[in-house]
Parts: sequence; structure tokens; C-alpha cells
Amino acid sequence: MRYVKPENLKDASALIGGEEGISRILAGGTDVLVQLKAEMVEPDLIVDVKHLDGMREIVAEDGGYRIGAAVSGAELGEHTGVKALWPGVVEAMELIGSTQVQGRATMVGNLCNGSPAADSVPAMVAADAVARIHGLAGERDIPVLDIPTGPGRTSLAKGDIITSVFLPARPDHASDAYLRFIPRTEMDIAVASAGVSLELDADGTCRAARVALGAVAPTVVLVEAAGAALVGTKLDDAAIAAMVQAAEATCNPISDKRGTVEYRTKTAGVLAKRATLIAYARAGGQK
Amino acid sequence: MPLDQNSKRDFKVIGKRVLRPDGIDKVTGKAMYGADMTAPGMLVGRILRSPHAHARIVSIDTSAAEALKGVKAIVINADLANPEDEFFADIRDNCLAREKVLYDGHAVAAVAAVDKATAKSALRLIKVKYEVLPHVTDVDEAMKADAPVVQEGRADESAPAGSSQNVTSHFEFGHGDLDAGFAKADKIIERSFKTAATHQGYIEPHACLASLGSDGRGELWCCTQGQYNVRTICSEVCGIEASQLRVTASEIGGGFGGKTTCFIEPVALALSRKSGKPVKLVMTREEVFRATGPTVSSSTDVKIGMTSNGRITAAQAKLRYQGGAFPCGTVEFGAQAAFAAYDLEAVQTLGWNVMTNRPKEAAYRAPGAPMAIFAVESVVDELCQELGLDPLETRLKNAARKGTLSSYGPTFNDIGLVATLEAAKAHPHYTAPLGENQGRGLSCGFWFNFGGNTCVSLNINPDGTVGVVEGNPDIGGSRASISMMAAEELGIPYEKVRTVITDTNSLGFNDVTDGSRVTFAVGLATIKAARAAIDNMCERVANIWGIDRDAVEWVDGAAQPAGPNAGSHPPMSLAEIAAVADQTGGPIAGHHEVNADGAGVSFGVHLCDTEVDPETGATKILRYTVFQDAGRAVHPDYVEGQMQGGSVQGIGWALNEEYIYGDDGRLQNAGFLDYRVPVASDLPPIETVILEIPNPGHPYGVRGVGETSIVPPLAAIANAVSRAAGVRMTELPISPPKLLKAMSERG
Repeated sequence: MRYVKPENLKDASALIGGEEGISRILAGGTDVLVQLKAEMVEPDLIVDVKHLDGMREIVAEDGGYRIGAAVSGAELGEHTGVKALWPGVVEAMELIGSTQVQGRATMVGNLCNGSPAADSVPAMVAADAVARIHGLAGERDIPVLDIPTGPGRTSLAKGDIITSVFLPARPDHASDAYLRFIPRTEMDIAVASAGVSLELDADGTCRAARVALGAVAPTVVLVEAAGAALVGTKLDDAAIAAMVQAAEATCNPISDKRGTVEYRTKTAGVLAKRATLIAYARAGGQK
Repeated sequence: MPLDQNSKRDFKVIGKRVLRPDGIDKVTGKAMYGADMTAPGMLVGRILRSPHAHARIVSIDTSAAEALKGVKAIVINADLANPEDEFFADIRDNCLAREKVLYDGHAVAAVAAVDKATAKSALRLIKVKYEVLPHVTDVDEAMKADAPVVQEGRADESAPAGSSQNVTSHFEFGHGDLDAGFAKADKIIERSFKTAATHQGYIEPHACLASLGSDGRGELWCCTQGQYNVRTICSEVCGIEASQLRVTASEIGGGFGGKTTCFIEPVALALSRKSGKPVKLVMTREEVFRATGPTVSSSTDVKIGMTSNGRITAAQAKLRYQGGAFPCGTVEFGAQAAFAAYDLEAVQTLGWNVMTNRPKEAAYRAPGAPMAIFAVESVVDELCQELGLDPLETRLKNAARKGTLSSYGPTFNDIGLVATLEAAKAHPHYTAPLGENQGRGLSCGFWFNFGGNTCVSLNINPDGTVGVVEGNPDIGGSRASISMMAAEELGIPYEKVRTVITDTNSLGFNDVTDGSRVTFAVGLATIKAARAAIDNMCERVANIWGIDRDAVEWVDGAAQPAGPNAGSHPPMSLAEIAAVADQTGGPIAGHHEVNADGAGVSFGVHLCDTEVDPETGATKILRYTVFQDAGRAVHPDYVEGQMQGGSVQGIGWALNEEYIYGDDGRLQNAGFLDYRVPVASDLPPIETVILEIPNPGHPYGVRGVGETSIVPPLAAIANAVSRAAGVRMTELPISPPKLLKAMSERG
């Protein structure tokens, strides 16, 4: 196993792109090192990227924020600007692991791990976040929604490195929220989860809504019908019920040791409802 | 050894919250645990485990692995000895499978190599040919006549005729006329219950360093609850005389009963013998889950009759426990403990021990009792609901007390159950208001406690300090408590005493640290050893003063003249006596050897408030209070710690912890991610109320406190959740999907 700390992104991409064996990119390492220790994987090459330019930075950009791929959950949680603009994304990231893990874990790592239960991903999808990728052919931007393709799999090509995630600007009366269900209170993996982002008119009418669910399908899913059920309403009971119904209808989970199909489906709807109400209150909506 | 006549004396050290002697080493990382010992030339051991729940081993080909550079030894079952006793043969066959693998994770072969990577590669090169057999992991399934048989011919004469060979033994306890009792009842409730197997969950995985030379002399350093027990097992399983194997216990990162047997030590010794090098063997967490002792899983039927004013007229429990792939005896404890808290005219408990294709059960804190009491206390609670009775008053009305003929035979002496119930009744928790979706649960709990073989030496050092040498690993603060009892008895400050846990060649035999026995039995032996040393010191002082031994008494850490004819002499302190010991007969020591009885049973009452989320089935523990009789709390911090720790393990057992097996018989959650012990944020502060009803069998009145605390939580929580959710929960764990389903079916 080789460990390499390249001097720039170009070299990093080339190293990974040229590796014939198994390679892993190391930022926070909270997935990679655990997999190594559990003997789930024996990489031939580990490329460390956390020292590269911009990787540890949170930068204001076009009214939103660009978050480097090696920014830890703890750093994100202390950033008042991001917290004010996208509280749901920050709370999702902060739910991952323990206090110690938060010192290392990154949102981009969470995305690249490809788990349908990744906590930060539904929140990023609801936020319509965009990943910036450095590949063999240079730089490109791809919506976070399009990165995961199945459990443990992503649309990234060989040599691709996600360098940052961009959370866009928000109008007034907009906010988001994320909730997950776990059988205990921390250090666990979501049985079901929901990220919701809302934009309201000044009178509290929902103008735009994105509802994303985790752990109920092979990838995190954006439930467009659920968002649509809220638009044009002040989140009356009928609108919420329609949203929950749309969320449940989208669920395509598995039954496993963490939960049954029936339980995951029901819980995803409950979480979508609760997250919607929290986002609504944060956006200034009155119910 | 009876309670001292002056047991109401003012203790100077007992009852104080003194500093723990192991604290600094543990928080600074200096403490030496099982995996912390190294030896020159040490090899790394690793174990190959079965991927099948049940299979015949057709062949094991180790040739390719042996040929790998860096591999120094490979052992299989045939490299171990042939103990005559089935008890030891079972441990041997659990350490390395013989003829068949009996559960997922069962050890098949082990390798010692120069490093971890080589050992790992060697495991992959060992070729095992299996003939896969049908398996069974559920206790009720395993009892069926046509169930796959885990092991042939293992049932004893008590096993009922015509049942599956998996049923290995049967027990029955009780007294009185059940039919007449049930006929007198105004209400009878009969229900069936199930509990999942749970693991002790100790933080430290099993680890050892073994060295067994060509001269037949062995050294073993390991993490265990009993170094003498390890010596006995390893001697039998490896064919070594006890005197030739010195076993030293490391610091221990939790045991809870699970480290009262051996899983890897005989294997490490066999590897060392074969390679001629020291071998270190450390289990991974996955190995700990797959191959070390969870407790039994259970299936129980309980039937209780009650009059409308709350008197139990008859009670019956049928308990079926599976203890994994080897015969176990655990149901006997469950059957004895089930109704121990009650004074009953007619009671019967029936128990069956059953084998399944699961890991060999190991002791877990009050083995067998929590699941039995869960079933009994659930039915008592439901009777109270149905009859509109107060659950605490009802338990007081039926409570066992001094003179009660217990459900398992003995007549109780001084016991603390009524006092404990009264304390719960008087506590503000019992009458605190509850909100929506909230419920309060209550349960009694009981444990026998144990004394056992114990050996202590107490040395008076020339500088006036004292060394206590004992032979039981400290898993609950026993070094502090033993130093305290020595200091109390000798009349010197606690800081002047140091207690060490010694190896098997430096002190006589001691039973394993189990049965909540150490503070009781080692404490008792320490007090006796101190009294022997005091007697010796008084004798010497009598000689110095030229008076009779009877004219010298020991007061406040010094010898002083006693009685009218003793004359006038200034007192001689322990330090002064120690300083001149070389002129009065040489070193001063006291020792005591005993097979202690009179441990004194222990009762506890737990009160728990829960809130359930009707939309997700999640349960939150809002408030939890433990009331327990400690006899005498030597070090209250440790007593409270035991009460809290047992409660927390019980909370995990009640709500989330379980061994999950797939249809393929393989364990699906061999890690702390999906085997969910509670984390700190899951828990409220666990309040504790210590009662002190002195144990008549100990000079200071001490009772063991380590195990009783895990007995009531299962029922206390299930009762609280059942009341909060409006539906009776009869299967543990009450995980969120299970509770949500029950609530939705309730309508």
C-alpha cells in the first residue's frame, strides 16, 4: 500500500487516474480508515488531498458559500455564515459520528462514500448543492444529486476528485432542515432521513420546496412531487398530508437489520413532515 | 463469619468516598491491559473462523499456510489435550472446533506468524472443507422434535423423554398447590415472553500473551476475571500441571461475567508450545461478538393469579433458555430467581436448557435472572393494571421478608426487599406527574450472591505501611474496598494500605471474580487476615511489656494496655511495632483462607419513566431511580456505579441490544454500530438510593452489589413503555419498529 501526498490537484488526479489497483482519496479519513481497519478494503494507493489549496476553506461566493472538500463537520458547525444561510445542511453534517469524528469528517467524503444513508447528502440535495470536480480533463460542476448512483457507487470517473461543494445564495424567507431517525441518540446510521428546503413569499405561502429522502432507496432521492405538494400552500394539513403521501410513494427501501420496508417508509414520511415544519418556522412561516 | 456484635460502630474508613487507587493509571493510559504486554521474539496469533452456522469439518489442509515464509505454527483441535471432564472438553472444543463447527464464528484453526500481515495471509491459505448441515438458532425451534441436532448425546437424565436432543437439562422448583391457588384468584393472566441474546459489551476485547517453553513451564498474561480459573482451564485443555503455568491477570476493561471462561488462552499456549516463541493473541471486536459469550436468549410463559385486593394466590413460570452450541445450566438460576421477591403459598417454576447453533453462552451479570424477572414482573404489572391496583402497594403486599419460604427452597434471613420498596414509595419519583405518551414502570429484582474460595495475605511493612495481596481481578473497585476494610480493621489511614492482585503462583487458589463475591468474600478474608496480624502484634507488644497477651488490646491502630492488671504503658502504634519487628520475631503478616458462605441475597427496586413517540416508536428514558440493599456500602461511589452500570446495561437490553441472525444462521451485527449499547446521550442521570440492611454473614454487613442492578431494568422499562404506549410489550428488545407495529395494531 502506497501513501502519497501530491503537491497539486493535477498530480492528485493523475495519480489516481493512473493507478491500476484499488485507490482511495484521503480527506477526513473517517470512512477510509475505518474500512482499512475492518479489513473491508486493502487499497494499493492512498492519495492525501486535505493539504491542497482551498481544501480546508469556506469561501463566500455569489451570495452563497463554497465549502472545501476537507472542511470538517466541526469547522462547518462553527461557521456562522453557513449556519445562518443553510442551517439544515450544517445540522445534517453535524449529526455524523461522534465529537471526535466531527473533527475530521467531511461533507464531500460523506458524499463520495456513496451510502444512501449518508446524513449530509439529503440536506445537500434539498439545498440543490453543486459539487466541483477536478478530473483528468480539468474542472467541472455537477449537482450533488447526480453524484451517487447506488450503494457505495458514484458517477465519478477515474481521476475525479471533488474539491468543493457550493451552497447557493438564498432569498429572504427561505430556510432548510434535516432530520434522521436512529434507534439511539447519536453515533448511528440513519434508518430513514429527510432534508427539506423551502422558499416562502412574505405572507408565508410556499414558493419553492425541495424534499430529499435518505436510506429509503439505493440512492438519496429528490421527491419532486413532495415539494410540489407544498408549493402554493401555507402548509395546511392537506398539503402536508399530500407531501407525506408523495414521500412515502417514492420510498423503495430494503428490509434489513436496521429497519423493515414498512417501518422505513412510514418513518421517512414522518421525518419529511417534521423537517418541513422546522424549515417553515426557520423561514419565518407562521402556523 | 458472622456480623460483628458491634456492627453499629462508627466506621472511620468504611462508607467514605476515598480516591480510587487505579484512577491515575487508567486516565493517563499507563494501566496495562491484556494487549499491552510484549515479549522478545513475540509472534502474532490469529484465528480462522467458521463462515457456517453448522457444518461437519471434512478436512483441514494447512500445508500451504505452513509453507508461507514467516509462519511459525498452526494449531487445530488435535493439538490440544484430552480432558476427561466434559466441562473442560467443551471449552476446548469451543476454543478450536472438533469434528463440527457449531456456530458462525466458531474457531477452526489458529496461526502464529512473525507479523499481522503474514498471519492474515496464512489464514487465507488454510483450506477447510465443510459439509454444511441444517442449523437452528431459535430456542423454541430448537426444542421441536425434528429440529437439527446441534450435538448428539449431550442431554442429562433430567431432560424430558421424547424431546429434541437439543434439550440438555430440566429444572423444577416450587411448593404448594397450584390448582387450589389459581382457583382462589379473581384474575388470572397468562402470557408468553421472549428476550434476545445480549452481549456483555465490555470495552476491552479478549487479549493474552502466552509463553510455553520446551521445559514445560508456562507464563500467561491475560485479561480475565480469574487467573486461577484460567490456569485450571488451560492446564486441562493444554495438558500442563497447574504449578507449571503461572497466570497473571492484566488490568481489565470490563467483564460482566463474560471473562469467567477462556476463548483464546489455550490456543495461544498451544501456538507458543509449537513455535517455541511467545505468542500474542488479541481478538477483534467482530470476533468478540461472534465467538465470545453472549447471554442466553429466552422464551417464557408466566401465569399468575391474584385476588381483587392484590394478593397473589398462585404463580407459575415455564422458562426455555438457549445457551448456544454447548450444554449450559443457566435456566436453573432463572427458575430460582423468577419469583424470589414474593411470599407465595403456591408457586412452580420449570426450566429447560437448550442448545442452538450460536456461540457458547458465557455468564452475564446475574446470569439467567433478568429475563425471568422481566416475564414475571410484566404479568404482575398487567394484573395491577387490570385490577386497578397500585403496583408498589401490590408488591409490598406480596413481598418476601425474613422467614419467607422462598420460591426456590431456602427460608430467607434478614433481607432488604420491604425496606427497598418502602424507600421507593417514599421517593418523590414515584408520585411525580407524567405527561402525554409517558408511562412509569416498576420492577423488583433479586440476586443470590456468592462467597467462595478466597485467600488473602496481609503484610505489615517495616515502615508501618501495609500491603494486601489478593487473587481476584478488580472489575468493580475491589482494590479500594479491600484497602478500606484493611485500614478500618487495623485502625490506620486508607492511604497507608496498598492492595495488589497477584499471580497464580504467589497466593493460594481463589475462585473467579463472579457472583458479586469479591467485596464480600475477599473483604471478609482481609478483615480476618488483619485480625490475625493484630493478634500477632499484640502478642509481641505483650512480650515487650512483659504482660499477658490478654492484657493487650488493639485500639485506633495501636496496642494498648487493657484491664486493671496490665500496668501503665504508652500505646505502641502499628508503625512503632513494625519498626522493631526484626527484634520481636521477624516480619509480621496475617493471612486467611476460607470457602466463604453467608454471602446474603440482595434485592433492588427500579423505577423508570419513559416517553414513546407514537409516530416513530422511539422510546426515551426520562427518569430512572435505583433502590438497592447494599448491606454495607464500603465505598458508596462504587456501589452507586454498580447500580447505575447495571441499569444502563438493562436499558440497552430492553430497548435495542440483540443478536440478529439471518436465515443463513450468520450473525448480522457483529459490531457496536448495529449492536446498540446505550450511548451517554441516550440516558438520563441514573439516580441511586442505597439501603443498608446489614448482611448477617459478614463482619461489617457487606452484601455483593454488582449483579442485582441488571435484574429489574428489563421489566421496569417494559412496564413503563407498555403503560406509555397502551399496549403490552412482551418481546425484547422493544426496538422502534416493534413498538410502532404494536401501537398501530392496538388501533
